[in-house]
Amino acid sequence: MPAPERSHRDGVRQVMPLAIAVVGFGASFGVLARAAGMGVVSPIVMSATTFAGSAQFAAASILGAGGGITSAVTAALLLNARYGPIGVSVAPYLSGNRWSRFVHAQLTVDETWAVAAEGEGRFNPKVLLGAGLTLYAAWVGGTAIGVAFGDLIGDPATWGLDAAFPALFLALLVPQLTTRDARLAALIGAAIALVLTPFTPAGVPIIAASVGCLVGLRRARGKATT
Amino acid sequence: MTEAWTIVALVGLGTVVIKSLGPMLLGGKPLPRQIGALVALLAPALLAALVAINTFGEGRNLTADARVLGVAVAAVATLRKAPVLLVIVLAAGTTALARALGA
Repeated sequence: MPAPERSHRDGVRQVMPLAIAVVGFGASFGVLARAAGMGVVSPIVMSATTFAGSAQFAAASILGAGGGITSAVTAALLLNARYGPIGVSVAPYLSGNRWSRFVHAQLTVDETWAVAAEGEGRFNPKVLLGAGLTLYAAWVGGTAIGVAFGDLIGDPATWGLDAAFPALFLALLVPQLTTRDARLAALIGAAIALVLTPFTPAGVPIIAASVGCLVGLRRARGKATT
Repeated sequence: MTEAWTIVALVGLGTVVIKSLGPMLLGGKPLPRQIGALVALLAPALLAALVAINTFGEGRNLTADARVLGVAVAAVATLRKAPVLLVIVLAAGTTALARALGA
């Protein structure tokens, strides 16, 4: 994107529509976590420290079903394993001190990472921070609302908010499909994720989809020999 | 309750460590050229996987429910270069409408 350089404010603005959906999902996490016997304070602490929706939902629902600590923690961490490679991809663009890098790292989640992407593997740390703080406030605030007013809130799916996430990822994916390799990587990533979903624990399909980036090896090798 | 707090502590600690690894160990330094070329393709691969799972996944099952309609409308809007906000609103609106009509 050769547009003028984006700022913190652009991050806030671009993630705002998602932030509204995230408040809804934070609230439903609060409701689920309370129903699972997590009490009032621990769901909010979890949102503030873990800040990763799918992993928190998985942990709370396993706890609620009496699944035990080991399986709850394993499922949640498998779901978050994708933040390993995602962290590597943003690392070159985080040039601040340790504290600044730590904060940016914690705010790097699917949505903020996608919004901060500028194509060809580049990331804008200002957009990441603006979007990250906005989404963090929405997620922790939403959780608190859910814990406090649980029964007053309906299911966010009624409002179609669950479709907001794939729509955002799609809207951010399409402009990146400018090269043959990118299109191939996307195709392989989606195929791997769908094929593995019925056969592996949640989280594994997404981390396995990273394999799609290996199509880049072809080109690297091709260049080396010519 | 103790069980809940143990889970909160372990998942929180594990997630903080996973998220930190790349930025704390490699922060601010460019990746070697070949690795960089691969990491550049990580975004399309993972974004496509996130689209697929968030559209068709329901736990460990694959289903085609009202979300598919919403995402299809989002795809058309994106290809017509609609702003991201509009894409998201159209997707949520279409899905909500389809559910209200019993899809």
